[in-house]
Amino acid sequence: MGIKGPTTEQLLDMYAAMWRIRLFEEQAEYQSGQGKVLGALHTYIGQEAVGVGICAHLTDADYITSTHRGHGHCISKGADVRRMMAELFGRVTGYCKGKGGSMHIADFAVGMLGANGIVAGGFGLATGAGLAAQVRESGQVAVCFFGDGAVNRGPFHENINLGAVWRLPVVYVCENNQYAQWTPQEEITLVTDVASMSSAYGIPGAQVDGMDVLSVYQAAGEAVDRARRGEGPTLLECKTYRFHGHNFGDPQQYRTKEEISDWSGQHDPIQGLGDHLQREGVLTAEEAESIRNSVQEEIAGAVRFADESPYPGPEELTRDVFSTPVA
Amino acid sequence: MPSIPMNQAIREALHEEMARDSSIFVLGEDVIAHGGPYAVTRGIAEQFPDRIRQTPISEAAIVGTAVGAALCGLRPVAEIMYVDFITCAMDEVVNQMAKVRYMFGGQTDVPVILRLPSGSARLIAAQHSQSLEAWFMHVPGLQVAVPSTPRDAKGLMKSALRGRDPVMFIEYKRLYSVKGEVPDTEYVIPFGQADVKRQGEDITVVASGPMVGKALEAARILSAEGIELEVIDPRTLVPLDTDTIFSSVEKTNRAIITDEEVRRGGSSAELASRIAEECFDYLDAPVRRVAAADVPMPFSPVLEKLAVPSVEKLLAAARDLVA
Repeated sequence: MGIKGPTTEQLLDMYAAMWRIRLFEEQAEYQSGQGKVLGALHTYIGQEAVGVGICAHLTDADYITSTHRGHGHCISKGADVRRMMAELFGRVTGYCKGKGGSMHIADFAVGMLGANGIVAGGFGLATGAGLAAQVRESGQVAVCFFGDGAVNRGPFHENINLGAVWRLPVVYVCENNQYAQWTPQEEITLVTDVASMSSAYGIPGAQVDGMDVLSVYQAAGEAVDRARRGEGPTLLECKTYRFHGHNFGDPQQYRTKEEISDWSGQHDPIQGLGDHLQREGVLTAEEAESIRNSVQEEIAGAVRFADESPYPGPEELTRDVFSTPVA
Repeated sequence: MPSIPMNQAIREALHEEMARDSSIFVLGEDVIAHGGPYAVTRGIAEQFPDRIRQTPISEAAIVGTAVGAALCGLRPVAEIMYVDFITCAMDEVVNQMAKVRYMFGGQTDVPVILRLPSGSARLIAAQHSQSLEAWFMHVPGLQVAVPSTPRDAKGLMKSALRGRDPVMFIEYKRLYSVKGEVPDTEYVIPFGQADVKRQGEDITVVASGPMVGKALEAARILSAEGIELEVIDPRTLVPLDTDTIFSSVEKTNRAIITDEEVRRGGSSAELASRIAEECFDYLDAPVRRVAAADVPMPFSPVLEKLAVPSVEKLLAAARDLVA
């Protein structure tokens, strides 16, 4: 296999990062109910192992592109939860000065090239990031996160073909959570194992249990190493499940409560890693609780920061359309 | 000054700027094979072999990749073989390229140039002859440049290649082979500066692209009749040099807007309404528009000639305005 690690330190970081995503989003849903978080909110809860397991192989110099369900990717890549929460609150201290909201959080300083409200919108951006890395021979890697719904859009085909034929340092990561918004994948796609589509592009494909962060870590390590060695893209499919609705407030009439509780009860990725770490003697129950509490405080601090931040002033309306004001 | 055709002028701008700035990167369909159908990128592969790539026929990937590369430090110049094919990538143009700066709160520059061969030429009918400036003008975040001469094309391309924002660079195919004088010394033409191509007292004609030449021809004919046209070429529609246009209208009190886009919802509609809003007190007559017929471009030369705005239509509009 050849993928070393994760080290104990990485394991603990991944455990904390998954809690950071979970608690950030639980708080965001609560604050949405309070009218503080504004607009649409698509949570990543249940899928935490994917972003965390993959970004464990990346540095701030590497790039990721994301989806409308982007909070988990932001946090996995190292974005600051305070500026994220402020963005959800529509405040000027947010990552996008309150001009983006949940679906457009970006942090270019850590290589996070933005959540994206267009399904399949990240393919071109990640492929282009890979092109820039290749042209400059920088050794950087770009990861494109996308859902099973995006597979049926043209940019999936056009960009994976281009990335493959140019051998770009890109990893295309399908987070197959089995629903394109409200529609089950098998109703709209005969080939439900997305990894198998890699053969159409002449690149390796791999499928892993996306609820198991260690499996994701292992497969991602191979794909990222391959990209860094200049051998081109991999199509990595992580089978996963979102525990909450498509968006906050989704009545979820398209799936059963039993299905949801089976996944969240039997396959919770945080529970899974916590149990593993305790079995291995890496973490005690008390230490696990302490990590969770510490993240909880961090999120509470983010809410305070957001709540105390001002809204953007009217001068922000016309700023940033271009680099300089334009008639 | 040497006289060269417009495709060569753009090629010179690319060569000179690529020598100056190693981040400029050219991509597009067949851009190496023949330098594209209009030979604009011919010779770049020989001089800069690592900085030009021929793509699959995948417009969405061309534009998406160009935007992604621009976010990560390159200055991509993508040729879309015909502007008509940009429709296959309008998602990437409208939802990514135009918006990433604003919706990410100004975190990034987006120095992408899309080169867009446009307009009627060579009788290639409805899917290879369009002029889509107004579509692009309507989307906040896109700059729209429309050179009418080799000199302007080179200077505007050099500005575009030094800028930080996306540019829809409209290249009229009919003008590629038309020669004009180009300075052999270094120069750039800033965006947002209209050029008064001819001074006149009686009617302001705001003309873009291939209609600049036709407006100048109409001006010569009308001058013999004692009607003097002032021909203003905006050169960029976004940003738009309204100062030059409005001062001219304040002087002449009459205005004609002309371009090769179809008339309904064309850039002429925006310009006419801006003049009506800002110069109403100075106008002695309604603003006129001379644009293409509201039809898909027909194939037969007899019909194409009827669809594309002509010198004769400009003459008729001008004579009517001063009657």
